[in-house]
Amino acid sequence: MTMTHTPDSAAVAVQMTGIHKRFGSVHANDGVSLSVRGGTVHGLVGENGAGKSTLMSVLYGFYAADSGSIEVFGQPARIHNAFDAIALGLGMVHQHFMLVETLSAIENVMLGAEPHVLLRRADALVRRRLEELMASTGLRVDLDAIVGDLTVGDRQRLEILKALYRGAKILILDEPTAVLTPQETEQLFDVLARLRAQGSTIILITHKLKEVMRLCDHVTVMRGGRVVAECPIAEASVEGLAEAMVGRKVNLGRDNGTAARPPGEIVLQARGLVLRDALQVTRLHGLDLALHAGEIVGVAGVAGNGQSELLELLSGLRAPQQGVLTIVGKEGGESFDAQRWLDPRTARRLGLAHVPEDRHARALVMNFAAWESAVLGYEELPLYSRRGWMRPRKMREATAALMERFDVRPRDARLGSSKFSGGNQQKLVLAREIGQAPRVLLVGQPTRGVDIGAIEFIHGRLRALRDAGCALLVVSSELDEILALADRVIVMNAGRITGELPIADCSEARLGVLMCETDTTSMAQAA
Amino acid sequence: MSSTTPLPRWADLLLMPIVNLAIALLAAALVVALVGQSPGEVLKVLVHGAFGTPRGLSYTLYYTTSFIFTGLAVAVAFHAGLFNIGAEGQAILGGLGTGLVALWLGPHLPALVLLPLMLIGGALFGMAWAAVPGYLQAYRGSHVVITTIMFNFLASTLLVYLLVNPLKAPGGMSVESVPFAPSAHLPGVHEALAWLGIEWPSSPLNLSLVLALLAALGVYLLLWRSRAGYRLRAVGSSEGAAAYAGIRPQHQVVLAMSLSGALAGMVGMNEIAGVNGKLLLDFVAGAGFTGIAVAVMGRNHPVGIVLASLLFGALFQGGAEVSFEVSGFSRDMVVMLQGFIVLFSGAMAYVISPWVASGIAWCTRRLRSVPSGAMSASGAPHG
Amino acid sequence: MDEALIGALTASTLRVATPLILCALAGLLAERSGVVDIGLEGKMLFAAFAAAAGGAVLGSTTAALLLAIIVAVTLSWLHGYACVSHRGDQVVSGMAINIMAAGLTVVLAIAWFHQGGQTPPVSDAVRLRPLWPGAAAALQGMPAIGPWLGAIVGDGLLGHNVLVYATLLLVVGVWWLLYRTRFGLRLRSVGENPHMVDAAGVSVLKLRYAALTLNGVLCGLAGSYLVLAQNASFAPNMTAGRGYMALAAMIFGHWRPVRALWACLLFGFLDAVAIRLQGVALPGIGEVPVQAVQALPYLLTVILLAGFIGRTVAPAALGRPYLKER
Repeated sequence: MTMTHTPDSAAVAVQMTGIHKRFGSVHANDGVSLSVRGGTVHGLVGENGAGKSTLMSVLYGFYAADSGSIEVFGQPARIHNAFDAIALGLGMVHQHFMLVETLSAIENVMLGAEPHVLLRRADALVRRRLEELMASTGLRVDLDAIVGDLTVGDRQRLEILKALYRGAKILILDEPTAVLTPQETEQLFDVLARLRAQGSTIILITHKLKEVMRLCDHVTVMRGGRVVAECPIAEASVEGLAEAMVGRKVNLGRDNGTAARPPGEIVLQARGLVLRDALQVTRLHGLDLALHAGEIVGVAGVAGNGQSELLELLSGLRAPQQGVLTIVGKEGGESFDAQRWLDPRTARRLGLAHVPEDRHARALVMNFAAWESAVLGYEELPLYSRRGWMRPRKMREATAALMERFDVRPRDARLGSSKFSGGNQQKLVLAREIGQAPRVLLVGQPTRGVDIGAIEFIHGRLRALRDAGCALLVVSSELDEILALADRVIVMNAGRITGELPIADCSEARLGVLMCETDTTSMAQAA
Repeated sequence: MSSTTPLPRWADLLLMPIVNLAIALLAAALVVALVGQSPGEVLKVLVHGAFGTPRGLSYTLYYTTSFIFTGLAVAVAFHAGLFNIGAEGQAILGGLGTGLVALWLGPHLPALVLLPLMLIGGALFGMAWAAVPGYLQAYRGSHVVITTIMFNFLASTLLVYLLVNPLKAPGGMSVESVPFAPSAHLPGVHEALAWLGIEWPSSPLNLSLVLALLAALGVYLLLWRSRAGYRLRAVGSSEGAAAYAGIRPQHQVVLAMSLSGALAGMVGMNEIAGVNGKLLLDFVAGAGFTGIAVAVMGRNHPVGIVLASLLFGALFQGGAEVSFEVSGFSRDMVVMLQGFIVLFSGAMAYVISPWVASGIAWCTRRLRSVPSGAMSASGAPHG
Repeated sequence: MDEALIGALTASTLRVATPLILCALAGLLAERSGVVDIGLEGKMLFAAFAAAAGGAVLGSTTAALLLAIIVAVTLSWLHGYACVSHRGDQVVSGMAINIMAAGLTVVLAIAWFHQGGQTPPVSDAVRLRPLWPGAAAALQGMPAIGPWLGAIVGDGLLGHNVLVYATLLLVVGVWWLLYRTRFGLRLRSVGENPHMVDAAGVSVLKLRYAALTLNGVLCGLAGSYLVLAQNASFAPNMTAGRGYMALAAMIFGHWRPVRALWACLLFGFLDAVAIRLQGVALPGIGEVPVQAVQALPYLLTVILLAGFIGRTVAPAALGRPYLKER
């Protein structure tokens, strides 16, 4: 049941006009205008990198816009920091909670706005106000509980209470349901509806379109730093929003000349992967996956839906709570289960290579020279070391050869890893992993932070590897890239595979819907 | 407060230590002047005392030897991302190990067999004393800084206990063990030179200097030429990348601390086997802490450590001479200078380096604009 | 048991524990705000020297105390400048302060007093005296339990100088500050999650400097105690590792004032007992070497850190410089 509610006479609570924000060469916000009417729930939708988080960070004072203006409740506003934003009545609930885990809930609310020097007095004053707030909004939190003991849903409620306590009339919520169970999501919706009924304005940053349809009065869609659609919810539909979100002049860039090869035998099979993180939130809900030789499987989906966790499991960096993995190596298949899982060294021995998503923290040792980073993970190979001693000359020669093959610039094996540009770093990592002629290659965000010229080169190399018989799994939050590379596309959402399509059946609209669905019934409708 | 001008690599490795040393010397000179002495005079006597005579040079090198061991110890741990403050205690245990082997096996074995065993004993004892804090850090999360500080105190207490009770030489009042058998004596450099027919004044300087230099070479080869060293440095630089490569951080932490302790333990060869010929109290005399200063100054590289050890050896020996010649001066000035060096090289490095970086940038801009010779069309100077 | 012995042990425990408690409180405040403080030893040493020099030259207790506090606060601010305002390594900075203090105090002592590193003894007028000198005798005279009261309460508890009692009050004071005031709430938060505090509009820098200032004051008091109450003059390295023992006590007390107090009292008791146990054979164990008792505080801390006696949970943001990254 949708709850639409559009008071046309409502004043504009937030007006952002012509906001520009650049980070280096990235134009995160390109002339964005946003108009949020008071007393409404306004959805801000888009993929990762669309610019919605940046826009809200500008509104909340974390960033200063390069140009543009902001008006709050009709008054021009200069917001330099969070303090200014709070003073204007803005409150933000971040994706990563800003809470002190060792303190109690009420202490977290008080911090920075304590009404009295003595905590006892302050506590009494705050408690009274909070009881009123909790009663009127329906947000219930045990004020004396230690935050570390609270569930994720409780912590989020606490964050909202914190914002309301500081007098927030405009509440910004950044992907609030990303970590909630379905029941907690329902409870959140009730709270938001109540708040709206009381006159609060809510801006909801999300990529979950069903929620947008259910809760919002207006919706703004952003893509590539610009606003591409804006309408009242009555005029919107899930399909329409999805297409607006992902659709673009897609240059598929496919080698249509090459005949589609039938995929070879299965080289990797995963069944029933279940992963829970440190907060006991389930990140993967019983995932099944099979990779065939000579095939590129693209994993599409908004980042944060389990793709990173999947890569970590398959490369051996993490072990699941449940699940079975079989890898067919050169000598036959080896199976792993949750009791005895894969580790990175074994993975490499079995011919599994991994290009990590996080170049800086995982793929390279930034303090090492290129020739030392180029053997990371492979230092045991006879080419690189013998009887415990490294072979620097051989390592440097091999690195030079790799750099030549993969066009890494500058061609200086002695240069520090951190001194290469992002694109060349990525090429170096690829050179290292592909250079081992793996049977399976896991790739996370192959062209993140990489310039255009290098992107083409990298894509070409990945295709060549596929043609040579390797099985590739490519995770990317750029749908363009998936569509350009994959033979088969898997869509992940909320830790599940919501769809699996051969490339011929993929279209922006279909994929967009699959990426944004949260339950399986609508998925069946979209298929 | 982020510095936008980055420091070029050569400046980071060569210029910064010199700049930091200069600032520390300046601070020390200020104190010297404040106290009513002449910094120039003090410096002259110091340099002469350290290098001006063969005997002085020998003493300098003798101090240098222990500092090389402890400096290498601290540096190896740093490369694995750990701060080993326990080099002092590990050196004590090393001396203990060396001495115990000497006492136990001395009367029975010739020097050629005994001395290597003493070395191994010292290294093993030092290694064990560091491996425990290493293990606790790796597998139980106990912060290695605190545990090694505690282990320092435990080491000195243990030494006192042993020397007062079971190991005490009977009949005397002094808190020390019986003297070792002659085969347990590591020959002094003057003795070695005498075999070669060269006359050299006697001093505590002994062949463990050679051992120290070999250890420095060994550390270099290990860290930068061996697979084990590669893994150790990877863990110290980026735990995430190391995990990605299948290197287990806990493993490397324990290994690094063990090696570190073994190096510190070799101080025993210098002080116990080389100089004293018996176990006694306070033979480390703060060398463990000087090792920290040496590692910081030497940028954790064996070459830098050897040079920094030489610097500190000179300061200690020269300082002793100054305290003889110049009234009112004491060796505590050297300790104070040591503190300044650790302060400026270590803690204040981020305060100073932006200034140095700006200075270098300014200099390179000036240098680039000079060779053109001709003024620009408008006649305005470049800058 | 002999009440004179109990009385003497109690008195000794309190006397030894006082500088430990002050330093442990100082370290606690700094570390709760997220700044590692290894430099307690150096600050206490330098403060002792300042108190000794000031007391001997200026002949006033207040001057001695003030000088000690000023010196310690300056060193704390130096630590803050290197590590809080800039990104210096907190452990290295603490060690630097310790080494610097060890050398500089002796250098200045020799230069100014020419007594081989010692300072001239501070006069009795300047030293701190017991607050109730007649208490023991008065209690002794009471009927029946007189001797018992006189020894344990009179000598043990009431025979101390003002700084001892002030220290015990300070434990309550720091506890109250940390858990009952707005400042304390913010301090505890900034050591756990400085981003949250920043986002709430409170200055991380100012909080940490405030903590360091209080840290300096307490270290100053600890150092002056050594000279004004325990000995009468400064001697090189007179702190003899007490700063590190205070660090151990702070960790043993899980960064909480009252628990740190108990840890310090325990360590003080062990120290008091150590000398007396020499030559005494305990039932079942035999003669305990004095060094074993001396080593106990350090050994206990290691065992605690290894997780064998409960878990130690340090402030979450301890040791990490706060960088305003977005």
